[in-house]
Amino acid sequence: MTQSFRLESGGLINRDKKISFKFNGKNYYGYEGDTLASALIANGVHLIGRSFKYHRPRGFFGAGVDEPYAIVQLYRNGETEPNIKATEQELFEGLEAKSVNCWPSVNFDVGAINNFLKIFLPAGFYYKTFMWPKSFWYKIYEPFIRRAAGLGTASIKHDKERYEHKYEYCDVLITGSGPSGLASAYSAAKNGAKVILAEDKSRFGGTLLTSEVNIGNQSGKEWADSIISELKEMPNVTVKNRSQVFGYYDHNMLVMSERISDHLPKTKKFHPKQRLWYIRAKEVLISSGSIERPIVFGNNDTPGVMLSSAAKEYMKVYGVLVGKKPLVFTNNDSGYETAIEFKKNGIDPIILDTRKEPQSEIIEEAKNMNINIKNSYVVVAAQGYKKVKSADIAKISDNKEELGSIENIECDCICVSGFWTPTIHLASQSGNKTKFNEDIDAFVPGISKQNEKTLGAANGIYTLEETLKDSFEKGNQLSKKITNNENKVSFPNVVEKKSTVHDKFWCVPLPKGKNYKRFLDFQNDVAVSDIEIALKEGYRSIEHVKRYTTLGMATDQGKTSNLNGLQLVSKIENKVVPAVGHTTFRPPYSPVSIGAIVGREVGKHSKPTRKSPMHSWHEKNNAVFVDAGVWLRPRYYKRGEENLFEASKREAKNVRTNVGVCDVTTLGKIDIKGPDAAELLNRVYTNAWLKLPVGKARYGVMLREDGIVMDDGTTTRISENHYHMTTTTAQAANVLSHLEYYLQLVWPELNVNVVSTTEQWAGAAIAGPKSREVLKKLFPKSDVTNEGLPFMGYMEGDLFGVKAKIFRISFSGELAYEVNVESDNGYFMWEKIIEAGEEFGIQPYGTEALSTLRIEMGHVAGSELDGRTIPYDNSLEGLLSKKKDFIGKRSLSRKAFAAEDRQKIVGVVPLDKKTSIPEGSHLVKDSNAPLPNPKLGYISASCWSVEYDNPFSLAILKDGKNMIGEKLFVMSPLKDKVIPVEIVSSHYVDPKGERVRS
Amino acid sequence: MLHIKCPHCGMRSQNEFSYGGDATVKRPELGKEISDQDWDNFVYNRKSLRGKHWELWQHLSGCRQWIKVQRDTATHEIFKTLKANEEIS
Ligand SMILES: [Zn+2]
Repeated sequence: MTQSFRLESGGLINRDKKISFKFNGKNYYGYEGDTLASALIANGVHLIGRSFKYHRPRGFFGAGVDEPYAIVQLYRNGETEPNIKATEQELFEGLEAKSVNCWPSVNFDVGAINNFLKIFLPAGFYYKTFMWPKSFWYKIYEPFIRRAAGLGTASIKHDKERYEHKYEYCDVLITGSGPSGLASAYSAAKNGAKVILAEDKSRFGGTLLTSEVNIGNQSGKEWADSIISELKEMPNVTVKNRSQVFGYYDHNMLVMSERISDHLPKTKKFHPKQRLWYIRAKEVLISSGSIERPIVFGNNDTPGVMLSSAAKEYMKVYGVLVGKKPLVFTNNDSGYETAIEFKKNGIDPIILDTRKEPQSEIIEEAKNMNINIKNSYVVVAAQGYKKVKSADIAKISDNKEELGSIENIECDCICVSGFWTPTIHLASQSGNKTKFNEDIDAFVPGISKQNEKTLGAANGIYTLEETLKDSFEKGNQLSKKITNNENKVSFPNVVEKKSTVHDKFWCVPLPKGKNYKRFLDFQNDVAVSDIEIALKEGYRSIEHVKRYTTLGMATDQGKTSNLNGLQLVSKIENKVVPAVGHTTFRPPYSPVSIGAIVGREVGKHSKPTRKSPMHSWHEKNNAVFVDAGVWLRPRYYKRGEENLFEASKREAKNVRTNVGVCDVTTLGKIDIKGPDAAELLNRVYTNAWLKLPVGKARYGVMLREDGIVMDDGTTTRISENHYHMTTTTAQAANVLSHLEYYLQLVWPELNVNVVSTTEQWAGAAIAGPKSREVLKKLFPKSDVTNEGLPFMGYMEGDLFGVKAKIFRISFSGELAYEVNVESDNGYFMWEKIIEAGEEFGIQPYGTEALSTLRIEMGHVAGSELDGRTIPYDNSLEGLLSKKKDFIGKRSLSRKAFAAEDRQKIVGVVPLDKKTSIPEGSHLVKDSNAPLPNPKLGYISASCWSVEYDNPFSLAILKDGKNMIGEKLFVMSPLKDKVIPVEIVSSHYVDPKGERVRS
Repeated sequence: MLHIKCPHCGMRSQNEFSYGGDATVKRPELGKEISDQDWDNFVYNRKSLRGKHWELWQHLSGCRQWIKVQRDTATHEIFKTLKANEEIS
């Protein structure tokens, strides 16, 4: 296809480089430097999608971030991405895009039937229509809404692209590289400030790229180019294009998304696709410019109706005509600039100006060029379905209420200018109290809350001279304050054409007998009539009107619709616009890809993975791993075709009969030193600690102040003032913070230091009746007999030249030891244990066998210490000292905690001794009782008892103390199971605890 | 994201800290009789203030010190930070 709408010359594109792309399956060509939008328009493609609600044909409305219509599904390098604005997507070789929100095709769309049923789809349609009958929801309403709603389809594939996060600090952050951004950046940089200048588009310069102005002896664009190249050379300046500052957060932190590779066919090796910048700025200068607002008229959503500034940008930047018979409809001088540009390119535009007798330099120029200007004229309605074919126009009375007779004139595009709306999103997000500026009919930033100032058009200043003056000045002032250095830039001479005041006219009245749709929000299909209905139905707050009608709630966040919406509400309500107020601006200013927000924290990178020093041994020996907090732990070691159940049973059985070894490196370890260490332990643990001798370990339980068990573990007195505390794997970090809290804030008089040593020690538990035999071989020089190293004893040993700590403690309930060596020696230790244990039938065991062993013994763990149980519930009341106070003790005397029928841990065995009991099941008295069946307790942990070869569970049961021997039912609706069970002691194996002492 | 001045380390981002609640609550002395009401007030009852609030933060990913921070709960403005052993004035 030929680029029939491409101008012979001009624009900032590279005509030497042709780029081929596909849209809706058809091949086209564009040039390097095009956007997808400019390339499509050059090829005469004006129909790009369908609207959200009525599926009306939609084309292009803008040329950048404000675009409400031209949203496409993009295909790039085998991936697809929804919701891409064609006006922002730069063209690259091989780009493919498709229309969204249309089926089966953009030219013939079944959903367009909504357009003809539109009388049935007024404001609040979804709320009203889909109310009844209830049964219609699943089969009719929901599938209908799901099919009809949404713009594009998210990929369900894993995103292979890389996204990065970056943290940056600067003196001055400047958002936008138009005249105000460049001037302020330049003067701030000259003062030596650390400056970041962010530009959303690929080209720097903002409006300087499209306006006919001179700065010094250069054109606007030349001046912009020279400033940018100078800034790029300065070491204190970071200049970023394709970078959108989209959020302004607390304490002057702003977030910017940098699109590094989106404009390339493929992301370069080792490059990210996008980068999210978290920027903490001392000062922020908002130079985000302004967005042209539409004038509202009939069928103003027809493809070919677009912003006049966009039409100019397509010509000046891309060398593309949006039409060959243009109508310019304006209430201010900006429309004339567009008309002049058309005329310069050999096209004859017609200007309809709502003003009666406007006079200015720009208007004079248009007149001198013989442009047809019709004053006091309006467009009543656009005609044409898939593209503007003509316009119904009429004279309008001076009071702007009466239309003259309607004339129809041929045209292929209508370029609209309803004056300019400052982009105040960032200022508003920062907490700035915006104010209404009557002169420009728009809100501008008011009183700053954070260190932010708004410049130029974003602040409602629309002349270049004033903008530059103010921006040079602000950039200088703010940076000077920070750097104490002034290097003042002399102000250049500015030549620009003077314009005159705009007309506050914004909405064309309906002619008699006509009921044209006049759209306010183009993406969400919100028309004037929808707002009228909402107000009639009693909605008053602008926030409610917004939600009821969805005005401004689309992905463009109402960039072109908000102000006209406010004008309408204020007119109907007979209030001034500032009294109506605007809705809250929230980040992001423009959609940001989820990938950029997540950054590198995906998959395995979403949290750290910690591995013990013995990890590679486990891998080599067929360990199947499980996540335990941030740790990877062997769950079981697979032999042959074994499954989890078989393997863990074998491993647990081997511990009970021979000897097993388990990697316990992950246990939290805290080193405690100082003369008051014993006193600290005595306050933190529920039992007595002052008399623990050196070389002895003790089991302890710690509570929160509310009496709930926080953690348990053993602590060993290594020497007079030195203790080694262990915590559960999960609570290690919390326990350390807990100790620090009390030492720093509550009892600073205690002379104690605590430090985490979890990663400094590798640990192995050697458990089973033959464990002592293994230990003897490992430590031939140490006396590890029952007398030399009794239960809860501690000694240091020499493990073939490696210093080791030997604790005689047991979690499995068997005779057991834990050996710790410095992490670097962990692998060595493990190999030695396996080697020494071989003749005794040693086998490694994983967390599953570990659980089985502790459950059978009735030892509590995380599933019982779940933040809801007190010591009594876990049968730990024997560890509560009566003689001393400790953290949480006072709470235990609360009535409910002391209740006679208080819940308590029990054992549960199925009557058939066969059926496994699902964890989390409920215990009930009568399985046939009407719902809700009173719950007596819940199963906290389940295993297959290797001692008795039948299922066994632990449960927290109401009045558990008096329930031993009772027959109850376990119910698991989730697993559809009802199991008759008997309640037994939680100490199912070796209730007297003889084995650990043997 | 807040920017908090750790009295030990200087200005740091909020994600290095963890929040620790009202800094004006005093733990009752160990071993002393205390009424149910007073204990409940210590353990559970907190004012949900709008405005200036002294609160505890721990510089978890930094120096690990607990610090006192005076912050406006509505505007998030931080007025002052103190070390654990400095009295709130
Ligand atoms: Zn610190």
